[in-house]
Amino acid sequence: MLAYIVRRLLYALPILIGVNLITFALFFVVNTPDDMARMQLGVKRVTPEAIAKWKAERGYDRPLFINAEAAGTGVVTETIFFAKSVRMFAGDFGRAEDGRDIAREIRLRMEPSLAIAVPTFILGLLVSVSFALLLTFFRAGSLDFWGVFVCVAMMSISGLFYIIGGQYLVSKLWRLVPISGYAGGFDAWKFLILPVVIGVVSGIGASTRWYRTMFLEEIAKDYVRTARAKGLSEVVVLFRHVLRNALIPILTGVVVVIPLLFMGSLLSESFFGIPGLGSYTIDAINAQDFAVVRAMVFIGSLLYIIGLILTDLSYTLVDPRIRFV
Amino acid sequence: MSFVRIVCLFLCLLIPACSSEQNDPYPASERGLNILYSAFTERPKHLDPAQSYTEDEITFTAQIYEPPLQYHYLKRPYTLIPATSTSVPVARYTDAQGRDLPADAAPDRIAYSIYEVRIRPGIRYQPHPAFALDAAGQPVYGTVDGERLRAIETLADFPSVSTRELVADDYIYQIKRLAHPRLHSPIFGMMAERIVGLRELGKVLQDEASRLPAAAWLDLDRFALPGVTRLDRYSYRITLRGKYPQFVYWLAMPFFAPVPREVDRFYAQPGMAEKNLTLDWYPVGTGPFMLTENNPNSRMVLQRNPNFHGETYPCDGEAADRAAGLLADCGQPLPFIERAVFSREKESIPYWNKFLQGYYDASSISSDSFDQAVRLGVGGDIELSDEMRGKGIRLLTSVRASIFYLGFNMLDPIVGGLSEQTTRLRQALSIAIDQEEFISIFMNGRGIAASSPLPPGIFGYLEGEEGSNPVVYDWVHGQARRKPLSAARKLLAEAGWPNGRHATTGEPLVLNLDTTTGGMGEKSRLDWLTRQFAKLEIQLVVRSTDFNRFQDKVRKGAVQLYYLGWNADYPDPENFLFLLAGPEGKVARGGENASNYANPEYDRLFEQMKNMESDGPRAAERLRIIRQAVAVLQHDAPWIYGFHPKSYTLGHAWLHNRKPSDVGNNILKYQRIDGGERARLRQAWNRPVLWPLFAIALLLVGLLLPAVLAYRRRERGTAC
Repeated sequence: MLAYIVRRLLYALPILIGVNLITFALFFVVNTPDDMARMQLGVKRVTPEAIAKWKAERGYDRPLFINAEAAGTGVVTETIFFAKSVRMFAGDFGRAEDGRDIAREIRLRMEPSLAIAVPTFILGLLVSVSFALLLTFFRAGSLDFWGVFVCVAMMSISGLFYIIGGQYLVSKLWRLVPISGYAGGFDAWKFLILPVVIGVVSGIGASTRWYRTMFLEEIAKDYVRTARAKGLSEVVVLFRHVLRNALIPILTGVVVVIPLLFMGSLLSESFFGIPGLGSYTIDAINAQDFAVVRAMVFIGSLLYIIGLILTDLSYTLVDPRIRFV
Repeated sequence: MSFVRIVCLFLCLLIPACSSEQNDPYPASERGLNILYSAFTERPKHLDPAQSYTEDEITFTAQIYEPPLQYHYLKRPYTLIPATSTSVPVARYTDAQGRDLPADAAPDRIAYSIYEVRIRPGIRYQPHPAFALDAAGQPVYGTVDGERLRAIETLADFPSVSTRELVADDYIYQIKRLAHPRLHSPIFGMMAERIVGLRELGKVLQDEASRLPAAAWLDLDRFALPGVTRLDRYSYRITLRGKYPQFVYWLAMPFFAPVPREVDRFYAQPGMAEKNLTLDWYPVGTGPFMLTENNPNSRMVLQRNPNFHGETYPCDGEAADRAAGLLADCGQPLPFIERAVFSREKESIPYWNKFLQGYYDASSISSDSFDQAVRLGVGGDIELSDEMRGKGIRLLTSVRASIFYLGFNMLDPIVGGLSEQTTRLRQALSIAIDQEEFISIFMNGRGIAASSPLPPGIFGYLEGEEGSNPVVYDWVHGQARRKPLSAARKLLAEAGWPNGRHATTGEPLVLNLDTTTGGMGEKSRLDWLTRQFAKLEIQLVVRSTDFNRFQDKVRKGAVQLYYLGWNADYPDPENFLFLLAGPEGKVARGGENASNYANPEYDRLFEQMKNMESDGPRAAERLRIIRQAVAVLQHDAPWIYGFHPKSYTLGHAWLHNRKPSDVGNNILKYQRIDGGERARLRQAWNRPVLWPLFAIALLLVGLLLPAVLAYRRRERGTAC
């Protein structure tokens, strides 16, 4: 297994380089270093000299990919791409364009992101799987029909509607929890209830339908018929046999998401004033802060790769037929 | 655990929920305290006084740093008064040989303007670890090694703090910091033209910085700045090239606030910046407040500075201030509040609802909430809605010291130049684009149509017929009336474009507007504008682009028409009229004149005007020159003078002494909170509504019950 993990991690290197290259190219297609300088220095009274100094200090006065004026390896190394990428692969994200340490900022913002993402993920999974099992139990009946109808209706509604509607009802009209904000430690609970509930509710429709499909696929198989023939109750059949076997395709979609929980939610964090990594990314995009955008895309890619590896590993836990060679 | 026990536990949990203010976003320990609650949308980028320039930043920096001067809180027009200085400095003029010149000397004879600032003794800084000294008088944190720094996360983790007296050297140190090559002060370029030796200092510091390691401290005391010298412990002198009467306004901005050398040294130690321990993150000042919590992602807290020097609430102001209750606290010591908590609100809906719930003490009015907040009265005046009045909310309005305009690129062959033909084309468009309609449709009436670059409250702004733009308006029955469209068509024909077609070739007139891609409502605004041009049979092509591309095109003069705005740095007409001064041309000089307008007559008048004061014996002459300059602008029409926006602010009944101010930003110290009244109203407004919880629980039971029954039926059926 160790050899497999090492091999997969080595595969990840060219992927990360590629992602970094694409991020870099896309960013600089729409933003020149001059644009970045102006964004950071402001609009009023900015002189060309100030822009030149800003770029020189941050190494943005070099060519993007190829330095034709340099000699030897300098053609490649004395470029913005090389200078900005090498340190990141060593785990040094450097500083945001406003001078603040990116790694520190990520550490600070990870907690709020996880505080909202982890409960939403776990509760969402539990509720959706339970609901899907319920619909599977009553398959082809009126309860199943109306359950699917509700799921389709719920997944057709925009996530923004859930957020604004939830804030309006729960916080404004019923005055049960704060409408937005965040506090560290135990005080966080009252700010997290609403975004977590909204996150769970807004995700029920799509995931329930997906899980239901998986369960229905399994329930028609021979081993289920055999279990029933043995006289097992339907609940036992569902939980002990169908659920366990349906986990394999479910894991594909679920485990890969787990590492990405660190990245936070762009929309929820913005509307609920949660100072997590999602809002950090949005702020960086708005501020054209290349250092932060690049770091967040890099971390996102890395986490996604980790998620895929974890998914592969998890197969061995739920399916005894799968072994690493 | 039995079902009954679970129900009992649930009910026990609900008991505190029945009390009130479950939606209170603040800790219960803060209830009833003398705290002002506000919000910010954009996180401040810089809190270093050498770098900070935007409104988002000055909201904080103006409460912490104290430049020598400040604006009188209540008086209008804005009036400079001392902050840490003993008086408002008056310039002394000398010729190139250093001989004194009279105050009314001709500007071309004045080689230097000398300002001497004397600060009051006894002013002390906020407590800070950089000031802590050991028994031997050495800084406690003069050398913070990596091991010691490992246990430090915020400034509050330094156990020893102290203070020291404000001295003239601190102001001198900060002025040198404007030239610091790593700080990129936005005003360095401009001040280097004025302060003697600042440009040279910038070059010396640049060379020195390139020799030192990247993050090494640059001790500015090692470098002389001839234009800024220490006279004694409490006095310093600033020498400027030529005459620049507007300089005193800069002395009211944080750029000229003091920075102690030991603070700069403290923050420059290795490892500090990695922990965000910088002046940019933890500012240090003598002002009424100090920043004790800086989490710009979530909230920022200003705490009363225990060392703040005495200052009292003003006893004079505008005529209406007494009736508005703004003089009731005359002579009371400042600041009134203990703490100000600023929470970050990126979205307008939560911000507005929290204001209505009483969790913010004041709020602006966004477009979404405008109809809920105010309504148009019978006479067209704006008044609060019944809901707002029922809550005791007050409406504060003021016209902002800003202008938004549609500019012509005067280098463009079709709309630019000073020929009679192109001037008439611009005049025709100035008439056709109905700014009053724009303000009514798109701004809910929150603005006034502009007749010149000067907004109300700025010296030179004139009301009534005198202030009306005769090119665009007729004065009828005591009010300005936009000229009829026929007048615009006539001008267009005289410009060589009758009915929007070229008089000889018959080609249609097509104009291009460059603009940045805006948010919601942008399309309808641009559609409206296209229709305004169509009234004259002119086709408008809108070229939307992102802000960077737009800036780039303006810089290169690759635009024909463009939209821009300007907020005042200081309340002097020079700060608006320079936007059209020839030497400020964007293409030729990289200045702020984006229209590249250059009229020798206007430039002459501007040069005259900018070297004069708005008070004193030559005020009337200055006013006369401004009127002439404005008349030139109105005739040449390099801009279609758009509008001066109005700011509408709502304040709760418990918030006192709030007066809108555009250039004076250190307003927090004047505001007072009636904490008891706030607590009472918050409690009344925020009683939780619990029945929906029970309704949802019943609904869930109602949904699950058929499933349970069906399950049991099926199980029994299988058993049979």
